[in-house]
Amino acid sequence: MPRIESAEMLKNIQEKFRKELEAYPMVISICHGMSCRATGAVEVANAFEKIVGGSSDIRFIRSGCQGFCEKGPLSVVRPSNIFYQMLKPGDVNEVIQKTVERGEVIDRLLYANPTTGEKLGKEHEIDFYAKQHRVVLELNGYIDPLRIEDYFAHDGYSALAKAMTEMERGHIIEEMIDSNLRGRGGAGFSAGWKWKTCSEAPGERRHIICNADEGDPGAFMDQAVLEGNPHSVIEGMIIGAYAIGGTDGHIYIRHEYPYAVHTFQNALDQARDYGLLGENILGTGFDFDIQVCFGAGAFVCGESSALVRSLQGQVGEPRDKFVHATEQGYHDEPTNLNNVETWANVPHIINKGAQWFRGIGTKGSPGTKVFSLVGKVENTGLIEVPMGISLREIVFDIGGGIKEGKDFKAVQTGGPSGGMLSEAQLDLPVDFDELDKAGSMMGSGGMIVMDENTCVVDVAKYFIDFLIDESCGKCLPCREGLRQMSNMLHRICDGDGKLKDINDLEALGETVAATALCGLGKSAPNPVLSSIRHFRDEYIAHIVEHKCPGGVCKALISYHVLPDSCTGCGSCAKVCPSDAIHTVPGKKRKDGLLHEIDLEACVKCGACIDICPENAIEKRSPAEVPVGAARS
Amino acid sequence: MEAIKELSVIEPTSKTEKEVEELVKDWGNDGEKLIMAMLAVQDKYNWLPPDALDYLSRRFEVPKGQIYHIATFYKVFSLVPRGKHILKLCMGTACHVRGAPMIADALQRDYDIPLGSTSDDGLFTLERVNCVGACAIGPVLVVDGQYRGNMTQNRASAVIKRLKRLAEKEAENA
Repeated sequence: MPRIESAEMLKNIQEKFRKELEAYPMVISICHGMSCRATGAVEVANAFEKIVGGSSDIRFIRSGCQGFCEKGPLSVVRPSNIFYQMLKPGDVNEVIQKTVERGEVIDRLLYANPTTGEKLGKEHEIDFYAKQHRVVLELNGYIDPLRIEDYFAHDGYSALAKAMTEMERGHIIEEMIDSNLRGRGGAGFSAGWKWKTCSEAPGERRHIICNADEGDPGAFMDQAVLEGNPHSVIEGMIIGAYAIGGTDGHIYIRHEYPYAVHTFQNALDQARDYGLLGENILGTGFDFDIQVCFGAGAFVCGESSALVRSLQGQVGEPRDKFVHATEQGYHDEPTNLNNVETWANVPHIINKGAQWFRGIGTKGSPGTKVFSLVGKVENTGLIEVPMGISLREIVFDIGGGIKEGKDFKAVQTGGPSGGMLSEAQLDLPVDFDELDKAGSMMGSGGMIVMDENTCVVDVAKYFIDFLIDESCGKCLPCREGLRQMSNMLHRICDGDGKLKDINDLEALGETVAATALCGLGKSAPNPVLSSIRHFRDEYIAHIVEHKCPGGVCKALISYHVLPDSCTGCGSCAKVCPSDAIHTVPGKKRKDGLLHEIDLEACVKCGACIDICPENAIEKRSPAEVPVGAARS
Repeated sequence: MEAIKELSVIEPTSKTEKEVEELVKDWGNDGEKLIMAMLAVQDKYNWLPPDALDYLSRRFEVPKGQIYHIATFYKVFSLVPRGKHILKLCMGTACHVRGAPMIADALQRDYDIPLGSTSDDGLFTLERVNCVGACAIGPVLVVDGQYRGNMTQNRASAVIKRLKRLAEKEAENA
């Protein structure tokens, strides 16, 4: 393949591949994102490929994550945009025979609006997609991430050509500052100012790093970008390197994302083949390349100074930041580190201009943000929305509300560093500053929805225990402070809490926030502090009434069979691990038996609730046995 | 200095050393590649055998203490052999609120498979992972690399029983 030696040549290549793709009258795109792969997309894709692979009329692609994970495996037939959901390999023949050959729509594979039951055939008609604004995820679903040619056909690398041939270096940085793109990794620092500081720092070499160590539990935005459109990240990084004067690039990817690693490495190879990485890029004399480095499973390595140490082959402990990485980072030389999503925004800003970017979102936080909307929400998936949209719109319009018609309780934004927000904050516009004010934070974009059956104290305990596990142990506030907070939370969940614990948690939390060494330590108490702020009643209920309103904390609940619903089928008794379920005389079944749970023997595992076909088992809180009869 | 450098050039001798050398041969003795090298070793053996670490220490000229510091700091690494089947239970927030802890309890209670270590028969290693990015189908149990979504105690139990039967059959045939 030819090395692209000028902007002119790039244009020709783009044109060539655009024509090549336009020659196909029809495209079948099947989502190959993580959730879809886990629900059988690989088999469905293979079945499609067997029939239409190599056809000159139908183009078949395995695309990156298309977002609507709840309904996977997904496929879209273009140009008619017919959206099929929950496909099985057995459906493939029918799709080919009816939709592809005759243009018919297969009703049973369409998405049905959960409230009206109306079948919706087109992607944009579905609520989940209608309110989104896709910039970073724009091409997910349209391109084959394993082919750079697809990216070319969609004007890929135009921004790079524009930046390198039409703009001065200073001008690129000015444009970035002007766009007010704020770091999408969570902290929200202006990317343009970071670039400027780094470009002005004294030093021979400058390092460009992409942080793809997405460690927040319940977040998979970066994975979707790396798997769906890796070249947008590479293009952003080359533009950054050119503007800043970067000499070498690194991407730090989680080892737990093997497919993202594969996709990205493949993309790097292709960019090198076309001469977009390596020496003399676009004939401008600028040299740059990107190396891949794996994270070995440490949450703290998402913190920039820890990441840099890990890149250097060391233990990933953060350092204090009197001197920023932009001046002394990798090898104590100027280093510019941005998150995957930040880099992926760069080509769009260069192509369309800062003014266009500022036209999306809010004044303080322009642009869009990708969130992974997960938890007890009807439509789990990956969404991209303009900043400033309300939490209510995200949870109820895009997310379709709470699963099984239950009541909303809380939404956690920002992962373990963020906070829980309650019903009262639902109309809050989502941007960096507003979330901060409410005691939460934007974070990298995990959004976890909780229903009435979730216990906020238990979730706070979960986050703190997660952070204890992940704390590197370098500074005392994080290492010891979190441990004490965990002790108190465990006490409260076990029914041994005192009212004083709430005040102690607040005092200790504020101390940790003020004194921990790195950003992760400073934000670690957020889940506890925000849940006390918005759900103090629930803490008090645990302590004073020994009641867990969510019905989660084992010590505070007991299980009961509802005699009116039980049919005596015996499923529960079969799965009970502690033989706590026995039969008693009843009247529903012919032989007149139904079941009862022996409260003393019950270990509260919940296996019976899972299996009961009649929903005849309920949890009651406070427990109808003495507190502590069965400890978690 | 030259003479000392000369002496530290090492040749792989044992079988393990040769295998490890094969994995890391492209990286010279660049200490920055140490974690990547350890990941390659972990991927090959499913754990970090002591003689492999010993070789890496000499090969990359990094003190053994530092290697063990890294091996115990990062979650991926294991200093003890792992089970025949690797079960990864996702404990991300979405899986947590959908009941993943109940599954961990059940595996410990019913099959003596403790979270974070290996069962006594060496058949299973149960690890907690923080989010595998398949939140829509949580709770997720990854069984030898295969993602199993919408997991419940009963379904997890079925997985274990199947693998145990398989092992028994293999033992009979052997």
